Amino acid sequence: MAEIRNYTMNFGPQHPAAHGVLRIVMEMDGEVIERCDPHIGLLHRATEKLAETKPFSQSIGYMDRLDYVSMMCQEHAYVRAIEKLLGIEAPERAQYIRVMFDEITRILNHLLWIGAHALDVGAMTVFLYAFREREDLMDTYEAVSGARMHATYYRPGGVYRDLPDRMPQYQPSKWHDEKETRERNKNRQGSLLDFIEAFVERFPSCIDDYEQLLTDNRIWKQRLVDIGIVTAERAQALGFTGPMLRGSGVAWDLRKKQPYAVYDRMDFDIPIGTNGDCYDRYLVRMEELRQSVRIIKQCIEWLRNNSGPVILENYKVVAPHREDMKQDMESLIHHFKLFTEGYCVPEGETYSAVEAPKGEFGIYMISDGANKPYRVKIRAPGFAHLSALDEMSRGHMLADMVAIIGTQDIVFGEIDR
Amino acid sequence: MASVDTLSGMVREACGDAILADAVTNDQLTIEIGPDAVSDVLRTLRDTPGLEFEQLIDICGVDYTTYGTDSQAPEAVDDPVSPALATVYHLLSISHNHRIRVRARLDPDSPEIASVVDLWPVANWFEREAFDLFGIVFHGHPDLRRLLTDYGFIGHPFRKQFPISGYVEMRYDDKKGRVVYEPVSIEPRVLVPRVIRKEGHGG
Repeated sequence: MAEIRNYTMNFGPQHPAAHGVLRIVMEMDGEVIERCDPHIGLLHRATEKLAETKPFSQSIGYMDRLDYVSMMCQEHAYVRAIEKLLGIEAPERAQYIRVMFDEITRILNHLLWIGAHALDVGAMTVFLYAFREREDLMDTYEAVSGARMHATYYRPGGVYRDLPDRMPQYQPSKWHDEKETRERNKNRQGSLLDFIEAFVERFPSCIDDYEQLLTDNRIWKQRLVDIGIVTAERAQALGFTGPMLRGSGVAWDLRKKQPYAVYDRMDFDIPIGTNGDCYDRYLVRMEELRQSVRIIKQCIEWLRNNSGPVILENYKVVAPHREDMKQDMESLIHHFKLFTEGYCVPEGETYSAVEAPKGEFGIYMISDGANKPYRVKIRAPGFAHLSALDEMSRGHMLADMVAIIGTQDIVFGEIDR
Repeated sequence: MASVDTLSGMVREACGDAILADAVTNDQLTIEIGPDAVSDVLRTLRDTPGLEFEQLIDICGVDYTTYGTDSQAPEAVDDPVSPALATVYHLLSISHNHRIRVRARLDPDSPEIASVVDLWPVANWFEREAFDLFGIVFHGHPDLRRLLTDYGFIGHPFRKQFPISGYVEMRYDDKKGRVVYEPVSIEPRVLVPRVIRKEGHGG
């Protein structure tokens, strides 16, 4: 009698290592994965269809909620698509602010990734360390936009407002008395730029801490080296972008190859891997953290020495100041028009891509001349990466599946859209 | 990085008559092809030396039914049963650093097109997504199932005739002890009407 050994196993949709709502139906031979079929869409919100029913500017907030750990990079792609169609360009200072916050966002994303990846593989401490640093970066989000995650800070024509001169302060409470509060506020006495500068001065030693915990760690290497190998040719055919592609040894980075904003004025390097396994992708992302610090430093330098407007004064697209609105009839009319109808974007289509922390994030926008986009297609990097999960995990053990999901840096907000 | 015009010339030379139209907008090259030519043209674009589009960045379904009309309401369209669908492919060449957009408009009565999974494996999910959301059928696709919508979902939600609030809503029924589907109870409403204003409107 034939022995039946294969069986089917269900992973998720609620599983701590599934990074959200991923359901995988796996065909197992003992503990070896023969085939896996990811079921996605449990977080599908039809963002693209919602964007079709709203004026252009009202969908910026949806972009934050796609990949909810790399918020501003996605806003960047979206507002750049609108700017291209309108034929406007943000002022120089706004471009620098955008680049700086794109890199802050990259650090935010990679910190979550390293924490979650290490936690999945069994290292608890890194998660705690990474979230300590994330807290400071979310404070910078809060300082510029008022929101800690879903900022809606980038606007067509620039950014919502200039960097504040003062950081928000902690207030004494039942749990933290005056003395303690003074201590907590100690590094927020200066401007936002001072706060970010202090962070980037301190942060490289934090990266060293993470690396000390992981890079030469025997267990970490046993779990990652030679797991999920993808060759360079295969990575291209599978539509990989970002660190997933660079980990396979392809030196491709939109910030260098097709520079947008002021990335062409920045001095930084693109790290690449050689083997295309999980460990190389880990090393690539760790080096990207250091390169992001370099870029932020250059932006701080420029922003300190140069002032100027951060948003265009084109009132057909950008709302006038609220103070003006109170006394100036023209401003009131513009304000009313922009918030009841929005602006019409000339007929046309464009694809605008940015190097989001996870890879190429693109917005393909079609406008037929109305005040709402005719079609917005979101090209999410994680979608292409997850579609290769089957190929990457075949022949690996069940426990390696968790490491592969971790290395893909899956976030369901952007995959399901 | 070759200029868009050079690229346009090279693409026209390689693909010949298969190109119905080409345009350069915002420094991006778009070519229009017939749905029958999609396999040949995309294979040519991928394999011709000098073009070598190794990466398929995206496949996007578009419903052009209400294009250029003021109304978002599907009733305004003369014939809502046969939508004017199109698929748009975005390709990227890593070795030459250029991009191209390829659009194939489909027959409204039978929205079908050949699959390109054999050219780029990444097309698998992109095509499943377009099938799910737009009802575009990709011939030769190994596993054309729904991807994003719920198990047992009916309809193709990104077509313009599909209402934004959908047809059914779901809730947990305490008596039956399971989830039940019911017709939607919310009235459709438009907060900001869709308008098209011509260039120079309002001075």
